[in-house]
Amino acid sequence: MDAGYYLELGRRYRFAASHRLYSPRLSEEENRRIYGKCANPYGHGHNYTVEVRFTGTVDPETGMIVNLADLDAFVNERVVEPFDHRSLQDDVAVFRSVVPTTENLCREIFERLKSFPKARLKAVRVEETSNNSFEYAGDSEGKER
Amino acid sequence: MVYLTRKIEFAAAHLYHNPALSADENRRIFGKCNNPHGHGHNYTLEVTVAGEPDPVTGMVLDLKALKGILEREITDRMDHRFLNYEVAELKGLIPTCENVARVIWNLLEPKIPQGRLYRVRLYESPDLFADCYRTEAGAN
Repeated sequence: MDAGYYLELGRRYRFAASHRLYSPRLSEEENRRIYGKCANPYGHGHNYTVEVRFTGTVDPETGMIVNLADLDAFVNERVVEPFDHRSLQDDVAVFRSVVPTTENLCREIFERLKSFPKARLKAVRVEETSNNSFEYAGDSEGKER
Repeated sequence: MVYLTRKIEFAAAHLYHNPALSADENRRIFGKCNNPHGHGHNYTLEVTVAGEPDPVTGMVLDLKALKGILEREITDRMDHRFLNYEVAELKGLIPTCENVARVIWNLLEPKIPQGRLYRVRLYESPDLFADCYRTEAGAN
């Protein structure tokens, strides 16, 4: 039924979190120069939007690549719950040693979601604000269609 | 290669129900999407055509022509309709975002006069969409 077509399902989720861009490997002046006000000591926050795209066979019985109830439960448990209303560098272990830029956040979310058993993760796109977004499709670029 | 995208919106009703499954299974799999009288969405469709701009007109495809195709093939067929009952191409299919996107692909692909259809993206809501592409090998 899918011969000749390639389909992806996209879903968007939201969470609000604070972060501070500051690298202990850089001097105070370098942090200030590179990160500007994003290095302010107490951090600041964003309303993040996470867009995920999955591919797989469309089940003829359901017409779906993946049941949204299963996908939502997985993403909420792996990403939304641990990040929402949290401080990324204080509350999420990986960001104690990695600067929580949205590039790094995008990769971390990809890592957390790539083991979803019912469909194949193709890409994660994170909007930090309505003007900034970052997309990561894994090291293989996710372009094999 | 340049990718041109045009967007349209339409409003339609649907429900998810597989007659081969029991009432309990339908309810378990489809949840409230299985409610018997259906429900509706404001759909947004983004259609992307890939091609080289014509050296004379500078266009991949005349947007007016594309607008007309989208109105005839999609809006006239689906807007303010019940997808399960009123769209012949969806008969026997559960009108999920995936299936509707694929049906839209089939309706549009033979009608595009210049360039080639590259992507159909159908939003059922701002937070849920399906992308349909053509694949050379037919592999998924």
